[in-house]
Amino acid sequence: MCNSVRPIRHRAVIAVALLLLLATTSFAQDWIRTGTGLGVERVRLAASDFKPSTTDPTNADLLKAFNDTLWNDLDNAGIFDLVSKSFYPLQEPGQPSEVNFTAWSSPPPNTSMLAFGNLGAAAGKVTVQGWLYDVKNEKSPQVLGKQYVDNATPDAARVIAHKFADEIIFRLGGGIAGIAESKIYFVSERTGHKEIWMMDYDGANQQQITHQGSISLSPRVSPDGSRLAFSSISKGGWEIMMYSFDLNRVVSFPRFGGMNLSPSWSPDGKIAFSSSRNGYPNIFVVDASGGKSLRLTNDQGPDVSPTWNRKTGSQIAFVSGRTGLPQIYTMEADGTNVQRVTDQGYAVSPNWSPNGQFLTFSWMRKYGPGEPGSNDLYLMDIASKQWVQLTHDAGRNDFPCWSPDGRHIVFQSHRSGSDQIWTMLADGTNVKQLTLKGNNTQPNWSWK
Amino acid sequence: MKQAMKMTITMRKWSTLVFALGLVMFLGACHKKVAPPPPPPPPPAAAPTASLSANPNTVNQGQSTTLTWQTTNATDISIDGIGPVDSSGSRQVTPTDSTTYHLIAKGAGGTQDATARVTVNVPPPPPPPPPPSITEEELFAQNVKDIYFDYDKYDVRAADQGSLQGDAQFLQQHPNIHITIEGHADERGSTEYNLALGTNRADAVKNALIQAGVGGDRVKTISYGKEKPFCTESNESCWQQNRRGHFVYEK
Repeated sequence: MCNSVRPIRHRAVIAVALLLLLATTSFAQDWIRTGTGLGVERVRLAASDFKPSTTDPTNADLLKAFNDTLWNDLDNAGIFDLVSKSFYPLQEPGQPSEVNFTAWSSPPPNTSMLAFGNLGAAAGKVTVQGWLYDVKNEKSPQVLGKQYVDNATPDAARVIAHKFADEIIFRLGGGIAGIAESKIYFVSERTGHKEIWMMDYDGANQQQITHQGSISLSPRVSPDGSRLAFSSISKGGWEIMMYSFDLNRVVSFPRFGGMNLSPSWSPDGKIAFSSSRNGYPNIFVVDASGGKSLRLTNDQGPDVSPTWNRKTGSQIAFVSGRTGLPQIYTMEADGTNVQRVTDQGYAVSPNWSPNGQFLTFSWMRKYGPGEPGSNDLYLMDIASKQWVQLTHDAGRNDFPCWSPDGRHIVFQSHRSGSDQIWTMLADGTNVKQLTLKGNNTQPNWSWK
Repeated sequence: MKQAMKMTITMRKWSTLVFALGLVMFLGACHKKVAPPPPPPPPPAAAPTASLSANPNTVNQGQSTTLTWQTTNATDISIDGIGPVDSSGSRQVTPTDSTTYHLIAKGAGGTQDATARVTVNVPPPPPPPPPPSITEEELFAQNVKDIYFDYDKYDVRAADQGSLQGDAQFLQQHPNIHITIEGHADERGSTEYNLALGTNRADAVKNALIQAGVGGDRVKTISYGKEKPFCTESNESCWQQNRRGHFVYEK
């Protein structure tokens, strides 16, 4: 991911690491303000509502879908100081010629960047023109100018908004691609069975993928987004299943016998998972077609929930109950050098950050009879094993998963009274609920 | 007289002679009493005799029995339903219903008859549908006990060893029963870890059964983790219900 901009990302990573270290110097406290954006001056950005460029009657619906989506995407990005619309000049531009530079660059908006443009439907097609202006640089203001054409539907308008938002985020966010076009896969039981569903990263466009009619769990999308591994129970037991988005159906994948679950893709397309084919649940690795099986752990376990170092593909973190309550361990991808990284409680569901530096996981630090202990999400710097707590006093939280940009975490939480999918920035702020219907669990964010 | 004279010669001789004479006289007198039998009267014609028996005298429908008869002084012998027969003999018959066989023996001296009764047991009407007899599956449900676990543990507790031995014993007494052991977990903790933990629980029960002598090929295992709880309340008694190795009968 985004290898072409390594130096920029590297700087961002160092900033994150420094902030984390600062934050964790007093890590015994429960409430710590930390995160990827602290201390980095956020770009001040205004996003003016796009204006109609034609008189088509569908413009209103399309504009609403587009403007809401663009605003949310920029707000969700976590890298902007988004200027409230109440500060905007009355005269909002739809064309470059309509931009009043001083009105935007001086208080009250006092913005450095301005996104604006127009949208117009005609003959079933919608055309969107969008610009990003550095309003403090009147001589050469244009950072970005884009035109999109698609079908005149609200869905298409939302997709265009995602694309334009990602362009802005890529330009202003240190060269890290935006996530507005990313997808989240999850388990939903709203049909009565636990099936795999997917949705846009903002919770829109929820659709069912599998129709197994049994229990399907642990969706994990491949790095290229073309396939989805999950585990499903059938008469023979739990097996790893593979869904192809090219063929839109479940494709064949070897059945290993015993219990097989919690698949995890390496950056180069191998799959680690837990299998009890030889007795106790241990971690195995197979290639993308299920061949070349390699056993990595060999103990009573149970060993489960492997996650690859998404940057290097050379390490795997996993959960093991080998000493009693489940703890998180790391090992090399060949099974050597097993290291325990959590020291107490009940630690499960690790997920490795895209930059390879952090694990996020679910932890009941105090667990046992009479110690209800809350089920919270944590972030750990793997090298130093220092951690910070991301959720507080908010029900049971589990299955955190990093966004492709490493700035967000999607997770399941029971804070609303039922299990639902939520997102937050990786510092625990900006928490948003994505699902409402039924129970929804085990989110997995696409790799890009 | 001469003989008497001689006998007087000596007393001793005399007494001896007396004895001898007496003996002779006695014997001579006896012989004289046996008279030849009177000539028999002309014989009257003898009355016939007859007997008839059946062995066995009770049969089930469709089975045969043997009739045996004997007669004397009869010239014309018949059995109803069979016809003329020899003066004595036996024959197999297969009556469809209970039958009294009637033998008539006629001779110059008269007529004699004999009977033998053969009771045929008609099979009982098809028995009313038998009261549903208890099936192996029901026995299984009544006798086999699930094994419960401590939280986040998968070793069979000392307190559950009794249940386990009982289960093993039942399975040994019913060698045709195959089972699946489902590993279950309570609602707390992660879905994936609980599935793995349930696998270890099911395996722990299976291994204990094998150690107790139950063939491993009769025992399958599967984990449901926290996916199929028995009880859905959030309290310890409910959680305990859900931390179990559940025995399922397989046909």
